[in-house]
Amino acid sequence: MNERFLTTLEGTADAAARSTPPAVARRLRGLSDRAIAWIFISPTIILLLAINIFPLCWAIYLSFTNYRANRPNAEVKGVGLRNFERVLTDGDTWLAMQATAHFVFWTIVLQTLIGFTLAYLIDRKFRGHAFWTTVILIPMMLSPAVVGNFWRFLYQPQIGLFNYIVSFFSGVEPSSFQMLGDVTLAPWAIIIVDTWMWTPYVMLICLAGLRSIPDYIYEAAEVDRASPWRQFWSITIPMALPFIMLAVLFRGIENFKMFDMVVLLTGGGPGSTTELASITLKREAFESWRTGRASAFAIILFVAVFGLANIYVKALNRVKQR
Amino acid sequence: MSTTAHSVVSPGRLSKSIAGAVVIIYALVTMIPLAWILLTSLKSPPDSISYPPKVIFEPTAEGYCNLFTTRSRQTDEYIESLGPPQGICDEITRKRNMVIVGESNYWPRFMNSLIIGFGSTVLAVFFGTLAAYGFSRFRVPLADDLLFFILSTRMMPPIAVAIPIYLMYRELGLSDTAVGMILLYTAVNVSLAVWLLKGFIDEIPREYEEAAMIDGYSRMQAFFKVVLPQATTGIAATAIFCLIFAWNEYAFAVLLTSGEAQTAPPFIPTIIGEGGQDWPAVAAGTTIFLVPILVFTILLRKQLLRGITFGAVRK
Amino acid sequence: MSRALKLTLGLTTALSLTAAASVSAKADELTLCWAAWDPANALVELSKDFEAQTGTEMSFEFVPWPNFADRILNELNAGGKLCDLLIGDSQWIGGSAENGYYVKLNDFFEAEGISMDDFAAAAVNAYSTWPKGTPNYWALPAMGDANGWFYRKDWFSRPELQAEFKEKYGRDLAPPQTWDELKEVGELFQGREIDGKTVYGAAIFTERASEGITMGATSAMYPYGFKYENTPGSYDMEGAVNSPEAVAGLEAYKELYKCCTPPGYTDSYMTEGLDAFKSGQVAMAMNWFAFFPGLAKDENVGGDKIGFFVNPKQNIAASTLGGQGISVIANTDNMDGALAYIKWFAQPDVQKKWWDLGGYSVHNDVLNDPSFKDSQPFAADFLVAMNQVQDFWQEPSYAILLQDMQKRLHDYVVADKGTAKEALDQLIEDWTETFEDDGKINN
Repeated sequence: MNERFLTTLEGTADAAARSTPPAVARRLRGLSDRAIAWIFISPTIILLLAINIFPLCWAIYLSFTNYRANRPNAEVKGVGLRNFERVLTDGDTWLAMQATAHFVFWTIVLQTLIGFTLAYLIDRKFRGHAFWTTVILIPMMLSPAVVGNFWRFLYQPQIGLFNYIVSFFSGVEPSSFQMLGDVTLAPWAIIIVDTWMWTPYVMLICLAGLRSIPDYIYEAAEVDRASPWRQFWSITIPMALPFIMLAVLFRGIENFKMFDMVVLLTGGGPGSTTELASITLKREAFESWRTGRASAFAIILFVAVFGLANIYVKALNRVKQR
Repeated sequence: MSTTAHSVVSPGRLSKSIAGAVVIIYALVTMIPLAWILLTSLKSPPDSISYPPKVIFEPTAEGYCNLFTTRSRQTDEYIESLGPPQGICDEITRKRNMVIVGESNYWPRFMNSLIIGFGSTVLAVFFGTLAAYGFSRFRVPLADDLLFFILSTRMMPPIAVAIPIYLMYRELGLSDTAVGMILLYTAVNVSLAVWLLKGFIDEIPREYEEAAMIDGYSRMQAFFKVVLPQATTGIAATAIFCLIFAWNEYAFAVLLTSGEAQTAPPFIPTIIGEGGQDWPAVAAGTTIFLVPILVFTILLRKQLLRGITFGAVRK
Repeated sequence: MSRALKLTLGLTTALSLTAAASVSAKADELTLCWAAWDPANALVELSKDFEAQTGTEMSFEFVPWPNFADRILNELNAGGKLCDLLIGDSQWIGGSAENGYYVKLNDFFEAEGISMDDFAAAAVNAYSTWPKGTPNYWALPAMGDANGWFYRKDWFSRPELQAEFKEKYGRDLAPPQTWDELKEVGELFQGREIDGKTVYGAAIFTERASEGITMGATSAMYPYGFKYENTPGSYDMEGAVNSPEAVAGLEAYKELYKCCTPPGYTDSYMTEGLDAFKSGQVAMAMNWFAFFPGLAKDENVGGDKIGFFVNPKQNIAASTLGGQGISVIANTDNMDGALAYIKWFAQPDVQKKWWDLGGYSVHNDVLNDPSFKDSQPFAADFLVAMNQVQDFWQEPSYAILLQDMQKRLHDYVVADKGTAKEALDQLIEDWTETFEDDGKINN
């Protein structure tokens, strides 16, 4: 099926290419490479300017005003840095940042540990490993919102499956704990779902890392009679490290932005225990409709993500160069 | 060469089977939630919320019927006054003292997902292929900066992007329209498309085009007749990645659409029955929504790594 | 090239056209937006008469409660054209009137001879007017509603429970009259085995995201004596919002939550409460009157097994207001059709049928009919409740005010943060900031 699908596509492209009318071709023939380069690149740049950069500039402007999107008739006044000051001095902002940090840290730790272990095991190339790898990859392809919604069902203390499975293995009464309603358990409930979903992602990248290590290095180590333990720590880990770090980078950025899955699982509750930064931002922007203040918060988040990612990429490059 | 049992180069049989067993157990455990979705979609509403959860039950199409219909509770006399039930869903509904009053919104929302998904994919891949070729073959001033700029648009939290887009679309009349959503998803996907396709096109030797141009092809002809056919695998893989993003997206959809152009992800969690959440119908909607993704995952498995790392890891 | 390009362009244009075509509704089509719940299905049934009479094709957009405000207010603010008619919550009137989202109906009412005196005065004030207390109408009262209670009559009448309760409290086991009694009854049932199943005291509202916990907790706070302001319209909240009575009311709600709710009811609103009651988990539950017709007819817990009661008193008698009016959206493409629907809906015989089908008419002809009280087991309670309702702020900034209250209440009741007094003190701070931003309080 796969191949047929691709051949069909190839055929279409061929036909399209053959049918290029001579007039157009002649006109284009005269174009310099430089002109072609710009003709090819500018649609993308224009689209990004219109849908990304222009709105970003608008948001920067709004962050200095008291604008509210649900009061189209109200007068818009500049308020200087007041929005930024309010966001940064608001205790709730910092609680949201803490919740986000907790979520990002633990999802990365768990996914890296489990993901690397799985990759290491799959790299043993046992029989059927390709099939099982594909099976493992399925969760990460699904819609986080739909997954979050269904996990809410699985987590129901009375009727959900999760508590029964835990109860089966631990003997704890299934209705005696509430994953989503308990202040101490809820942050872990969202970490569990994220780990279920995204461990395959880390696994896949780690697997690429492991497979990139040439056999001759191990062979040389074998000749030197290095123990498997030593081989693991002095060959496997250092050589796979850039890949692991890349996986951590992507997961870090994604989970810093996390919204859909958690909103459908807990809606930020109980209280504000799982209210991640994006959820606070959504409440501010689309429920309270304090657009100016929300824009200020959005810009603070963007700067944070961008800054952290840049520092991290520098570190990553240093590891790669070693 | 001879190997010891614990060598990494060629693992021994025992270590292989232990590794296999652990991986298979992990795979099976992670499949439980998905299996549970499928099972729940075949349960009756009372079975789905039974306490303790039922693993063995009598399967019914009620979840799927409820997914596609809206129903209203009626008196026995009224139901008896109607003719014989039309089809299986009618029969099931009447057993619950209800009648089908119309179609639900699930199908229109599913269609919206298809229209917006395919529309944005076609555009993103089209723009992306052109830009990727440009970056790959020509010396573009500030190319690295431009490429990084294209990527950085992906780092913004979607809610932060949605605030000004919401205002912009309100001014332009694009709120809750398929066009608005297609444009937005195109803009988000084009960064992925450029990065991925640049990688694929980089791999096509320049000599092919140069040879063609010596044969009298123009640069354009070389692009269409030589490069594009070589890049079809990459283009197809990129298209599927774009499609999956648009298919799964929730945050923009929930904030920028309310009905006409709403896609399935914001709709599915809002399926409710009489009184409570209709879990079999939710599960049925989820199952139908996830099937295309399962197919794509299998089709894509060889290109997956590249797609999820923006082409940074190519194997 | 040209073919591929044409294909893409063609496809895009086709898509844009379909999208554009679907936006502009035909003149004889109407879309009515409301929450997805039992009365909405009754309205679909009722509207078939309107469709038959006028040939208009009605379509409905019903949004589940937790997303209702969020999505519809988003739609209104975006200037969308999804709804021609909207049955919107009472708190939205202020903002929607000031922003011009709703059509002002005074002239239309006058021209068509529709008199607001034909509807219950409290309902007209709550669902139709802005500013409050003035005869400026932005909606026709569509659905009266308040928060009430229902209980398992069959469990209450068990002799062994009756005896045990009487011995402990010296009175009969009956629907509670006060919040103190409510807790005692809840404790009686909590964790008890009935018919081989563990059951619990009461299902109450604790939902975080939209309005759930506010609607639930105010049902305790109003009867204890909670007020929004010392003097209405003055925004002086100190000593009203955090009065000793208000604190006691909030504490009572938390005590009930701690002692008597089923496990896992930490984020539950209407649907979760109904699920708990229908699956036989709880002896009592609070919920909107809107659900009572469906409950009374329920296969498992309806009929003889269910009884209803008005929200218990404490220091005063009070109920939390629900309910909505029906408004015409200002940028509808089918203004005539939308107004025709309102005119049709206001007719006394349509209102009567509305009540028969399970909707709560507040038309005086329906309410004052001598047979009304006995027409349903909860009809008399409905009249009592509607006479003692209190509502949340209806300010244009209501959404911010509600978000603040949701957060403070959920943090205190469910997440165990701080004391009731601290929660209400912080709430005053939050609200003061909002009113200062709005220029209602000078700082």
